[in-house]
Amino acid sequence: MESVLVLTHADESGSALTKGLLEAVTAGRELAMRLGAELTIGIVAKHATSAAAQVAGAAKRLLAVQGEAFAQARFASDAAACEALCRAVMPTIVLAPQSSRFARVMAAVAHRLGGFIDTHITAIGGTDGVEAMRWFYRQRIEAVVSREKRPWFLLLDLGTNSAYAGAEAHAALEGEAAQADEISIAVELPALRTQVIGMRAPNQGAQTIRPDAKLLFVAGAGWTKKQPDGQVHVEEAGELILKFLGASGASLGSSKSLVDQGGEGNSVLPFLSHLNQVGQTGSTPRHAKGLSTCCHGEEPHVVGWRFIGERRAVNLDPNCGWTRGKADVVYVADAFQVMARVNALLEETASSS
Amino acid sequence: MSNALHIVVCAGIVPDPLQTLEPTTGPNGPGIKNEMVLPAVLDPWAASALYEAANLAAKCPGSPQSPSKIWLVSLAPKAKLQQVMMSVAQKVSFELVPVDGPIGGFPDAQATAAVLADAIAAIPGLEHERMLLFGGWESATRGAGVTLELVGERLGIADQFQGVDQIELREDGSFEVLERVEGGKHQVSVCAGAPAVLGWATGNLAEPRNNPQVGMANMRSIMPALQKAKTAALEANGLRYVSVSLPKQQRETRVEKNMSEEEIAREIVEWIGAE
Repeated sequence: MESVLVLTHADESGSALTKGLLEAVTAGRELAMRLGAELTIGIVAKHATSAAAQVAGAAKRLLAVQGEAFAQARFASDAAACEALCRAVMPTIVLAPQSSRFARVMAAVAHRLGGFIDTHITAIGGTDGVEAMRWFYRQRIEAVVSREKRPWFLLLDLGTNSAYAGAEAHAALEGEAAQADEISIAVELPALRTQVIGMRAPNQGAQTIRPDAKLLFVAGAGWTKKQPDGQVHVEEAGELILKFLGASGASLGSSKSLVDQGGEGNSVLPFLSHLNQVGQTGSTPRHAKGLSTCCHGEEPHVVGWRFIGERRAVNLDPNCGWTRGKADVVYVADAFQVMARVNALLEETASSS
Repeated sequence: MSNALHIVVCAGIVPDPLQTLEPTTGPNGPGIKNEMVLPAVLDPWAASALYEAANLAAKCPGSPQSPSKIWLVSLAPKAKLQQVMMSVAQKVSFELVPVDGPIGGFPDAQATAAVLADAIAAIPGLEHERMLLFGGWESATRGAGVTLELVGERLGIADQFQGVDQIELREDGSFEVLERVEGGKHQVSVCAGAPAVLGWATGNLAEPRNNPQVGMANMRSIMPALQKAKTAALEANGLRYVSVSLPKQQRETRVEKNMSEEEIAREIVEWIGAE
């Protein structure tokens, strides 16, 4: 008989569960229902009251580790908290969101429990048992895996499940708030040698990475290459891109070659960093649509587009990688001119509405 | 007190990203067709870790009696490792600790971590209290992001950082570290000092140029190390592959060569706004 524990944690506020962090709750409920298994939810937070209320109706049993030490996303304290929650429940299956906070600790927790872990799970299925789908070789090969040994820890990629939003959760808010102390379990912390001192956004002015945006806009190295007049127009490129991001609300991605130019002393777009990089050595974001500009669409970059729904590209090369079944539409055109017109049209639309 | 660092870099080898990959199933489970003959490179994020390690060791050279050192620990078929080391060895100075084992991303991460931890624990002269365990935060093969964490846990290291882009050492041995978190931000932490695990993302350093002198010096120790490399068998740990396949997604691309910029812009704006 399986038993399922969903682990989740509060966001930066220390008390609330974000949409992404609630996705594991949905997955846990579905899995427990299918297996006829008992479901427990465990929360790590500075203050667990609000977080507990958010998931109050999702499971019969709710546990929390809370306190000042758990306000920080830190390996030693988070691993101790998750270990304590697991030992209190002794589940056969543990589901948790693939957040940076839990990705840092969950393999170690699995090891402490004598268990095994698989990560970046995009779907859980199976008829008689539990099977998990994940990607290998940077989203180039997909596989379905199962394990005989327990406990089995599964980290679920964000954006692969709907966030839990049970109506009963809101109704139970006040009642659960009163019970926050009752669901708390004690944790013996090891010596803490690390202090989290804050968050830092790259020195680029406006934040250009927007995980919740519908559109991913990718700038490739072509933006900084010589244009038909024989000159480079990096400043103009930067203005066009930032204006588009402002008007469309898109998230900015980049190819490795463009980001790397900064390290090689070439002209670069000042607001780009490695954090914008999409592909083999960058991120694999999830957006409904993606627009690529001045990027060749070679495989090491395009593997980062695996979870982009609709794809379009603007490129001067009619034989670029995007034309080989990697995009839905490829416009063979000068991105400078196209994006200038796109910006003008978006401006017109905004002023008329 | 000497500020010497003992930096251990865990790095696998992966098929060159430009290669076409085709899954296949053999007697030992899934694999990549012709993986042993595909051109291979050092795992990109682990390569970042190696270059950052060299940069850090240069900043903190230690003393002549107790210099900073870098060990590169790698689990892969010996023949493949030898090929990749011909180029990697020309980048920075290190001592190779090879373990002869299977290639690819399908073996279990827990088993890989156990073998790597044993290999690290057996390194002569490695001092635990000076150790910084480096590696890529995820590999380009399995991409699970758990191997380094498990190695650190097995070695009893209680300070771990993943998605690292920067480390700044301080006079007192403590360091500030920047880790990637959601929303394009870095979490800034201060750690009291070694031992610690740092799973690197891209970092900030460009790939070092080849230096044949460094290469020759490295190869003097690499070749004997490869000859003496122990063979490791990896446990399956109950991991079963139900299916392994290439994604079927191949798009019917519409290539527009004759539209004006105005027409393209209107179509893009309409597309962006459509639900």
